Amino acid sequence: MALAVDDLKVYYRTLAGDVRALDGVTFSIADGEIMGLAGESGCGKSTLGKSLIRLDTRMRYVGGSITVDGDELPIWDDERANDFRFRRVSIVPQYAMSALNPTRKIGRMIEEVLKSRGVAFEQVEPELHRRLELVGLPESVLGLFPIELSGGMKQRTVMVLSTLLDPSVLIADEITSALDVSTQKAVAEMLVEFRNRGFVKSMIVITHDLSVLYQMADSILVMYAGKLAEKAPSDTIISSPRHPYTKMLISSLPEVGVRFAEKRLTGIAGRPPSLLDPPPGCRFRDRCPLASERCLEEPPFVEIAEGHQVACWEVAA
Amino acid sequence: MNALRESLHFAVRNRKLVFGSAITIGMLLFALFGPLFAQHPALEYGGKLSWAPTTRDGYWFGTTMFGQDVYAQFVNGLRLAFVVGALGGGIAAGVGMLVGFTAGYRSGIVDEILNMLTNVVLVIPTFAVLLVIAAYLKVRGIMTESVFIGLTSWPWAARALRAQTFSLVSRDFVDMARLSGRSSRQIIFKEIAPNMSSYLFMMFILLFGGSILIAATLDFIGLGPSNTISLGMMMQLSVQNAALQLHLWWWFLPPGLAIMAIVGSLYVMNVGLDEVFNPKLREM
Amino acid sequence: MLRLDHVTKTYRTGSFGSKRITAVNDVTFDVEPGQVLSLIGESGSGKTTIGRMILRLTPLSAGTISFDGTDVSTLRRHGLKDYYRGVQGVFQDPFSSYNPIFRIDRIFSMIRSGYFPHEDGRAWRSKLDASLEAVGLTPGDVLGKFPHQLSGGQLQRLLVARALLLEIRILVADEIISMLDASTRIDVLNLLGDLKARGLGIVFITHDLSLGNYISDRTVILRRGAIVEMGATEKVFGDPRHPYTKMLLASVPHLHERWSGDAVERHSQAADDADASGKVAELVEVADDHLAAVG
Repeated sequence: MALAVDDLKVYYRTLAGDVRALDGVTFSIADGEIMGLAGESGCGKSTLGKSLIRLDTRMRYVGGSITVDGDELPIWDDERANDFRFRRVSIVPQYAMSALNPTRKIGRMIEEVLKSRGVAFEQVEPELHRRLELVGLPESVLGLFPIELSGGMKQRTVMVLSTLLDPSVLIADEITSALDVSTQKAVAEMLVEFRNRGFVKSMIVITHDLSVLYQMADSILVMYAGKLAEKAPSDTIISSPRHPYTKMLISSLPEVGVRFAEKRLTGIAGRPPSLLDPPPGCRFRDRCPLASERCLEEPPFVEIAEGHQVACWEVAA
Repeated sequence: MNALRESLHFAVRNRKLVFGSAITIGMLLFALFGPLFAQHPALEYGGKLSWAPTTRDGYWFGTTMFGQDVYAQFVNGLRLAFVVGALGGGIAAGVGMLVGFTAGYRSGIVDEILNMLTNVVLVIPTFAVLLVIAAYLKVRGIMTESVFIGLTSWPWAARALRAQTFSLVSRDFVDMARLSGRSSRQIIFKEIAPNMSSYLFMMFILLFGGSILIAATLDFIGLGPSNTISLGMMMQLSVQNAALQLHLWWWFLPPGLAIMAIVGSLYVMNVGLDEVFNPKLREM
Repeated sequence: MLRLDHVTKTYRTGSFGSKRITAVNDVTFDVEPGQVLSLIGESGSGKTTIGRMILRLTPLSAGTISFDGTDVSTLRRHGLKDYYRGVQGVFQDPFSSYNPIFRIDRIFSMIRSGYFPHEDGRAWRSKLDASLEAVGLTPGDVLGKFPHQLSGGQLQRLLVARALLLEIRILVADEIISMLDASTRIDVLNLLGDLKARGLGIVFITHDLSLGNYISDRTVILRRGAIVEMGATEKVFGDPRHPYTKMLLASVPHLHERWSGDAVERHSQAADDADASGKVAELVEVADDHLAAVG
């Protein structure tokens, strides 16, 4: 088990109270698995990604546990969690292109990051060169400033850097969102390649774009309003989703070939509930066409078929 | 909670802001009401020479080497300090806003010209100019000094406002205002300036404090107003007349501490205000 | 109705403006009433610049844009204000389009003071309500609120409602749904479809081919400022001729089909080769209402 998360709760502190951004999520990722984490804004996917790496000052760990390769990852203890960062759990942040210090040459920046982790640059240098070549970057890139690289090149540089020490879990946070469609494909395929070659053991790819996940992920976990809705292999999620939210979400996505005049797609009316004071029971209740009295009680996230879990009373029945 | 109430909520809880404003307001009250208690005119050579602070004859801060009432001079100087701060700071803020907004909004050739103007004023050797003015104007009042300070300290404000305006101009709501038929002037004053109100407020406070400091410096080297006594001039006279060596501490210490207290507390207030207005700096 | 004729935009950069960047290169197309025209391109294709030039937010370097026969670039204050009665825009970031310190009502009061100064309170209110309902919003839900209290979808709809108050005939929609959640995107898009049915002409700017395919009647594919292919949407998507178009279609992640082999690399190479000469290829008619720069 590369990663196991058990009943994780992380809230945001605000003046008005606690925003229950991540309200008890449980799932696991096997070795070598690329899991897509999908959902819309406010569902908690970014919070999940961030809390695995570092809780920022507004976030408050409330409960639950995380184990990486069997070892507990103490996210509430910033110092102890530091042993995991970069070595065992790493992140490719959103807007990676602006994650590079503009006043440092690439090589120098990599050296500094490694030094802060207690790794000598010379030790990993040959591997670094190998990987740069793999992603199609010339060795000379180490001597350039970020401003001299194109967006795609910067993205690849950050990917190489984040995976340099072969982490067990890589979190890719909305890395394809700001990219052109052709670069998006290249980056997605590159990540899969990294997994295939063993540079990373398993990956969580966070995005709102289900179609990209279909292309690159083995399984997809759909979140809604801080809770898990459905988890299944990519093919299953896309072709036969069971949770009402997943079904409605997928049917609202226009694919090339679908035209307004022929088939009018519909969205999901309403908005996700406020996480300051979430309603009891299933959080999708207000917008769900299948909602009933039973939904006032929160549905458990149960397995309905091999590798397919859903949190819905209607489906589990 | 709307923006103003939220700001007030944080404002009263911010120690720096509360501490800073307490001192500033305290000094202001002292400046307003202090002179009512002065028993002698500030420039009158009435009392005994170089008396230490005493309750006799109301020389609470003692007398200068020439027999003048230090307390009277002090409260007079305090008043002048606030006048210089308000007037000098106000003029600097006004010119800075005019130049900064226009340069930031217009860009292009107008921006280039205003930039050049800003740089020229920045580079003018203010002391040299002031010396020349001093040579020509036999009688200089606090007004002249304030106007001079205002007209020479606006460049950095203009620069900062220009940068802020630049960043706001690229926001879509400015384009929306254009698409609604608004003119540039309307956009600057109705869309951009209100958005920067907290920034403008803080800037004014910094200019206020800065003016007081500059005035004190000018006074100290003898370029102050010729018809009155300010805090800086008290320090100048005391040092010139060997007050340090003669241990006449009551002559130079009050003005020095007062300048330090006012300007320091204004800057502390500013740091506190930054925390209040900028949500990212707030401690939860 | 709206016509762009050899429109070009160049920027000067470098010391003393010695270098030139061509953001838009000799673009010609027109928009008819009741028609959605998509401008599709990746970043740097010039699509946003074209939108801004149509809205007179960015000046042209060469060419003309005419609305009902009048050259738009000659318009000054009064003429420009009239122009905005007929042509309006909605941008990508709903939260940037509102001044955050004011309530959303301000966007409507700006229109009122600028264009309907003599309208009385009740008449204005009913006009406003009609506009809001036309975009699917309940007046009570949105009026009197601050931007941060509403969702991105509501904010974008409010901007469309604002445009409708003016009885516009052309709407420039620049990536208006790319920052919205997937489940609300389609509703805003359907709204545009409904407006089109009522006779509005829409310039739909996007990088997302599936959205363009869904909503538009005609499509223009832009690459580095120049048109590489344009025509009826079903022809451009169904029978792409230019290698760049083919590459874009091959790169789009589909929902039921995985990416195929080296199609992208092949087309990308072909597109670069076609580009190697440095000149912009001529648009030739490859079929009825279908042009491609394969000359």
